[in-house]
Parts: sequence; C-alpha cells; structure tokens
Amino acid sequence: MTERKKQETDPAKRAVLKKEEINTEVVIAGVRLKNPVITASGTFGCGREYAEFLDLGKLGAITTKGIAAVPWEGNRTPRVAETASGMLNAIGLENPGVDVFLERDLPFLKNAGCGVIVNVCGHEPSDYYRVVEKLNGVEGIDLLEINISCPNVKAGGLSLGTDPKTVEEVTRGCKERASQGVIMKLTPNVTDIREIARACEAGGADAVSLINTLTGMKIDIEKQTFVLANRTGGLSGPAIKPVAVRMVYEVSGAVSVPVIGMGGISSAEDAVEFLLAGASAVSVGMANFINPYVTLEIAEGIRDYCARHGISKVTELTGRVKGR
Amino acid sequence: MKRKETARVISQERISGDICSLVLSVTFAGDVSAGQFVSLFPHGKEKLLPRPISVCAADAAAGTIWLVYRVAGKGTKEFSQLIRGDEVEVMGPLGHGFPLEEARGKRVLLIGGGIGIPPLLFCAKALKGSADVTAAAGYRSDSTYLLEELEALCDVLVSTDDGSMGVHGTVLDAVRADGRKADLIFACGPRVMLRAVKEYAAEHGIRAYVSMEERMACGVGVCLGCVCTTTAEDAHSHVHNARVCTEGPVFAAEEVDLS
Repeated sequence: MTERKKQETDPAKRAVLKKEEINTEVVIAGVRLKNPVITASGTFGCGREYAEFLDLGKLGAITTKGIAAVPWEGNRTPRVAETASGMLNAIGLENPGVDVFLERDLPFLKNAGCGVIVNVCGHEPSDYYRVVEKLNGVEGIDLLEINISCPNVKAGGLSLGTDPKTVEEVTRGCKERASQGVIMKLTPNVTDIREIARACEAGGADAVSLINTLTGMKIDIEKQTFVLANRTGGLSGPAIKPVAVRMVYEVSGAVSVPVIGMGGISSAEDAVEFLLAGASAVSVGMANFINPYVTLEIAEGIRDYCARHGISKVTELTGRVKGR
Repeated sequence: MKRKETARVISQERISGDICSLVLSVTFAGDVSAGQFVSLFPHGKEKLLPRPISVCAADAAAGTIWLVYRVAGKGTKEFSQLIRGDEVEVMGPLGHGFPLEEARGKRVLLIGGGIGIPPLLFCAKALKGSADVTAAAGYRSDSTYLLEELEALCDVLVSTDDGSMGVHGTVLDAVRADGRKADLIFACGPRVMLRAVKEYAAEHGIRAYVSMEERMACGVGVCLGCVCTTTAEDAHSHVHNARVCTEGPVFAAEEVDLS
C-alpha cells in the first residue's frame, strides 16, 4: 500500500463555514461533476423514471443501467428478495442493447443537466468492445463504467472481474476503443480486491468504482426452495456498507486513480464515511428505492458536513480518515 | 404525477381473518384510478423495501385512499398495527390500472380471487351507471370481505374453496355455473386464477384484462425486478418482458404469458 496523505489540521479547530462557501465539485477522469453524488447502475434506469420525483440536474452524475451489445432478457422471476437491511437481486442485466440506448435513452440523458456515465456489460471481452466502440466519441456520454462482474464462460464460469489478467486485458481493450474516461467497476467477491484494482490501473483505467453486490442466497424454509429463481443473487443495501467502506479504504491505498465508493449508502453520513475512507465520489443504489429524493438529500448533507467541519472543498474529504 | 409522502392513518380495522382495511390521508387521492397501486414503506432499519398494495377506493374530495390487504409477512404485519393518527410513508399512484373507458356501455365481468378483490371493488364503483357490471368473488370460506360493498354496486357471484358459501369451487366455477354473457372481463387474483380467466375469455371470445402480481423492489420501473413474460417484444427492454409495476399491473390477457 502506498502511504496515505498526512492530515495537517485538526478539523475540530477549524471555523464553521457557510454552506454557500463550500465547493462541492469533484473531477473524475477529467470530467467535472457539480457534486460527488452519482446514481449506481441498475438502480436508476436511465433517469427518466426518477425525473418525476427530482431535478436530475442537481445530481453529480447518473450511471445508466448496464448496456450490452444486444438486448438481454435477464433471469426468470423472482428476481428480488428482501433481506435484513438489504436485498438480493438477480435481474440478469436485462437491457435493450446499445442501439436502443443511443436512440432512445441518450437524448433524454443529454438534457438531464448532470454527468452521464454509461455502464457497459458483456459476457466476453469482445462483447464489451462492441459496446464501447459504439459509445466511442458519442456526444453527451461523459464516462464509461465497465461492469466486469458478469459470469463469463471463457474464464471457466467465474466472473470475468475475478481474474487480474483478464481484468487488465479488458481494461486495456476498452481504453483503446474509448474516447471517454473509463471506470472499472469491481466485484467484492474476490480474495484481495486490491489486486484487481491494480490490474485495472495497469490496464490504463481512469478510475475504479466499488463495490458491486456481494453474492448471497435466500431459502424459503416453508417451501424448501430458493427464493430467487437464479438461486443466488447480489446483496446490496445498508447490510453491506461496512464491507464496502473497508474495500474502498484498501483500494484507495493501493492505486492512484480516483475511487468511486458505493455499497449501502443511504444518507450523507454514509457518503462522508466513504469519502473519508478514500473515495473521490460516491454512488447511491438501493436507497433510491426507499427514498427517491435521497441522492439530493445526500448531496446537500455532504455540503452541510463540510460547512460544519470548516472544510471548504468536498475534495478535501477524500482519504481524510486518520489512524487512532 | 407520482410522489412519495408521509400519509396519516385515518382508520384501520381487521375486517376478516388476516385481511385488514386501512384508510390513509394522501395528497394524490384524486389521481388514483382503479387497478393502480401504492407502495407502503415499513418503518425502521431492517425491512426497507416498499410493499405494493392495490387501491380499493380513492376519495378525491376527502383526500383519502382505502387499502385492503392481507397480512402475509413482517411488513404487512407492521402495517396492520398502525392506528388512527399514525404516520406511514407512501408512494403513489403507481402503475397502469384497468381501461375503464373501454368498459363504457358494455357488459363487464369483474373476477376477483382472494386479495385480488379490492381493486375490482374500485372498478365496480367507477363503472356504476356507465356499464352493466357483474362481479364474481372467490373466497377461501364464508369469512368474506368487501362482499356487502360489492353487492351494493352490482350483481355478485360468490364461490368458496370450502363450499361454506356460494358455489363450492373456484371463482371460475361460479362464473361458468352462472353462464351470463359478457363483453369484457377485468380480473385480479392468483396466477392460477388468471390463467383460468384467460382460457375462459379465449373460449368465449371475450376481451380480458388481468392484474399481475410479482415481487417488486423499486415500484417505479427502474430495477426490473418485477417483470412478467410478454407474448410480443416489449417496448422498454426490447425482449419479452414487461414491468408489472410500470406497464402493468394490468395487462390485456393475450399480452402476457400465464402458463
């Protein structure tokens, strides 16, 4: 691990600032976001559904649902199950494919007034490249997030994102084909996530985002069956937050590219924890389902936190946690 | 326009066995139509996801919605303990309801099984005076609910699983035994019932609309958790899935796979 930044001032001794004095901007791969709050892929569609509830222009960025080269049907239902302080999902990346996305969803996103991050999914490296080639140079797409957590036949049925060599190869392949900055989205279902993050950095990634869901299972004991048709699903929500914070801390110490932190964030306090652990921005996922206004409340709350602690720039929060 | 807000409980009572009746004061009562649903949110940190509950009636003037639901798990158990004056988080109105316009001037058969009956009461009320309505209501036993309310609005055929009241058998047995003609069917109930409705409608050349149920998470169409299989390619994902919470819960019977 590289050495962490030294803290020079004691935040408790700083003067309280006015909210208006706080600079909430963050920059990810050269893209300026008005605040560090991003929507997590798969929990916000392509923005349209939540536009009924909130002004998308106040978000840092929207990350789209995973987009593949062709339409994907996804898994059978039941696809979702509730768990203690969280949920399991096995949607199976249902999506209309990149052509429909570009024609129908992107024009809407372009007018949303926030950053646009397109999440790219595939089975094989070549699937990802087909999508990236179509997104390359397209106006209105600020960043690409490559979801390397899908099961992959080539890597022996394992998620493509668990093998550092494949991860480096896919990262490089995407980078070579994309005019936009590339964020690699990491799975937590590995022994050492730092190894995967380093592979992303070696492949030229501009940023990494983590964590994707943790693989879980739920059994209906009365029916003696799996609750999800897919048997296993990805666990998300507040239940996974401590795991995510730990991994963000580890990864931000292992690579020098920015880290986008996510996993169970449902309040500004949660978001600040991720920033202090080393994230440069945060994504909000399941919490959107519980409170459609939560992203804006978090953005506002981060600003309040900075004001209260006399911190004039949100970027100063990144990696600020100190040892005891 | 959908919204999420804090609703106040006007009343709650247990109307039969595990069936509860809850009246909430909301700002969107005037926007709710028959067949739509709301999301009700459990309180606290362990159970987070909203529970979709169909609306049984909406009173725009009073600003209230009436929900009749079955206590089936921890979330609904928590709702059953709400009393007058309590607050609960609610989001609505959600989904697309029954095509009431299409029913105008027609002979309409409302077929409801179990906890599928409440939205059909909403239909019966909305169609009163503009359509010739008959309701068929299937219960487990003679512990019925909403039956008097239905009878005040239209003819009602009753079936019970245990034969303690009306036709002994399924609600479709009651419909077949009665044999009256219909131009349109609106149905809500368990999948096996909806499948029988679809078959009956096809046999008799009747257009039918069914309200589907599936496990939901977001309730607004983003998570794709609650899809059902459609016969034609869908407009959202361009596969053969439709979102029960958004394109549904009401679909034309021939649009969805009920096998």
